[in-house]
Amino acid sequence: MRWISILLGLAVTGIIGFFAVRELLMDPMYFFELFLGGLTRGSIYALIALGYTMVYGIIQLINFAHGEIYMIGAMTALIVATVLGMWGWNTAVIVILAFVFAIVYSCAYGFTVEKIAYKPLRNAPRLSALISAIGMSLFLQNYVMLAQTPDFLPFHSLIPDFQFWEPFAHIITSVEITIIITTVIVMILLGLLIKFTRIGKAMRATAQDKVMAALLGINVNNVISATFVVGSATAAIGGVLIACHVGQINFYIGFLAGLKAFIAAVLGGIGSIPGAVLGSLVLGISESFFTGYFWSEYEDVFAFTILVVILIFRPSGILGRHDAQKV
Amino acid sequence: MKTFFKCLTVGVLSMMLFAAPGFASDTVKVANAGALSGDLAPYGISALRGVEMAVEDINEQGGILGKNVELMLGDDVCKPEVAVNVATKLVSDGVQMVVGHVRSGAIISAKKIYKDANIILISGSATNDDLTLTGDHPNFFRTISNDGAQAKLMTAFAKNDLKVKKVALIHDKGDYGKGQMELAKAEFEKMGDVEIVLFEGVTTGAVDYTAIVQKIKRSDAELVMWGGYHSDASKIIQLLKKKRVETLFMGADGIYGDNLPNLAGEFAEGVYATGPNDTSSNPMHQALTKEHQEKYGEDPGTFFFTGYTCMQSLAAAAEKAGSVEYDAMRAAMFEITVDSPMGPIGFDEKGDIVGAGFSVYRVTDGKYQQVN
Repeated sequence: MRWISILLGLAVTGIIGFFAVRELLMDPMYFFELFLGGLTRGSIYALIALGYTMVYGIIQLINFAHGEIYMIGAMTALIVATVLGMWGWNTAVIVILAFVFAIVYSCAYGFTVEKIAYKPLRNAPRLSALISAIGMSLFLQNYVMLAQTPDFLPFHSLIPDFQFWEPFAHIITSVEITIIITTVIVMILLGLLIKFTRIGKAMRATAQDKVMAALLGINVNNVISATFVVGSATAAIGGVLIACHVGQINFYIGFLAGLKAFIAAVLGGIGSIPGAVLGSLVLGISESFFTGYFWSEYEDVFAFTILVVILIFRPSGILGRHDAQKV
Repeated sequence: MKTFFKCLTVGVLSMMLFAAPGFASDTVKVANAGALSGDLAPYGISALRGVEMAVEDINEQGGILGKNVELMLGDDVCKPEVAVNVATKLVSDGVQMVVGHVRSGAIISAKKIYKDANIILISGSATNDDLTLTGDHPNFFRTISNDGAQAKLMTAFAKNDLKVKKVALIHDKGDYGKGQMELAKAEFEKMGDVEIVLFEGVTTGAVDYTAIVQKIKRSDAELVMWGGYHSDASKIIQLLKKKRVETLFMGADGIYGDNLPNLAGEFAEGVYATGPNDTSSNPMHQALTKEHQEKYGEDPGTFFFTGYTCMQSLAAAAEKAGSVEYDAMRAAMFEITVDSPMGPIGFDEKGDIVGAGFSVYRVTDGKYQQVN
């Protein structure tokens, strides 16, 4: 079995490698554009996938309402930007306030969702919490649909077209480059938070062993809340950025984005933060290449095929931990 | 005693079972089925308003065969799977005629239920060719021209007026969008001279369409022809402009109406679409527009007039047949000439409208204007 999987892996890599090199030589510009497009898409997936993976790392729950938190972030930014725009405020101020409001609102929703839907079920069978998560997702979708509108709303990009970027705009737009840079910054900040702060340390401890962490004086409930808040904040940033890129939002955008980010998190190894980032980039870039070189009809089929293939050979994901289930 | 109650319960329940369809009603039950919520709701609601207004007018003039029309609503969110449930519910509620559904895909999945129940179905928006041309749906009629007519118009316009040599055909993989693009492809192949450089489907509601936009750019297409609805079209149009890809963009009636210019804003300028002929000089059209503006404070939506005409046609056929029975009504549908807000219309032997067609429009200053 081991030999077969190694041989298969080599064969697949060889074919893909040969193909990639050939395409790269034939039309390097197109290859590069697709790569950048995939990188942008992967960055957005990564911002959402972080929330999935962090929550799973700590309480082994797949928070299906996470996609909705992302949607609420985008909605909040739209409302704030529209209102402030009507009052004639300065663009820079609007951008900052829209981001701040989106993050604060999404965090509040993430925090509340955890308190209402997951905390009472902390010691219930895992399936109950999962169903509760799906219920929360449906509730939030329909709530936004009824409170706002079922139609698509135009979202005027908060990020202007930079003048100095104009010569490169046909390769990668200002918004896309902003998305990539922001994601890198958010990742670095998150890494620092987890590695060097007290709350980060507490998160790692809780992820390893909840009971032991509690015995050593860590307030586990606070740590879990903090995890939801951090995950929601990155999702909100992702929501606002993608809305700037695509130019329109409605109540349903969280569903597909959440699903793809979830795949990315599983692909990278759910529970692992570098894994979520890697999984997202792999998914985003391979989707982009697949559409670019093959058929966009089967883009989703392809995404799920990658997932299945990787899970067959590495059931815990690319960077997933292999440790046995704790008793 | 216990057994007695059991018998009683069973008795009551079975009575309820028989009671519902058994009531002889003194109204004619007509349903409006279509998307009343979801992101395609603007289309469904525009048609519904037309039907509602027609029902009001008919009831004011004494109803159908002396009976008032009772309007029932069915919301299929424009999803084929929901449409089946809606159809089943309407049939079990004793509906006699149905206006709808809005989308071809919804009708294709719900058709059998209406056909088995012998119910006339008339739509003011479903344009898929197969609905009428295959002859599989004898109970289906429509007050809008079919996709074949639209595809002919679109392709001829692209070749003769826009003078493009390379086109990319992109669709949303749905019955309507894909069907339309396949017809366009066939037309282009028949005409020659125009090269189809790309024929692709995209996933509706996808997070991002950058990759397909780059593919369009690489293909050097001078015109992107879109089969689908406004919400995805708007995303692609915006990304094309943001990526500085200089192509023309054209769609069918799925992107015609105020929705696309409202959604895509300045990015929508110069987009072409085919839509029902402009009949705004018709006095009935003008009167209805005025009434709509007074009632809702805005101009009528995409399928308002076709929806109104659907209801008018049903009423006219019932009057002509002297009954609301299926066979008599179906026969009468082919004979009537309806004095509609779109002018005098009738139906051919397939159930397609006679006397109405499509024109090409272009977005100029945030509104679709007819192209001469």
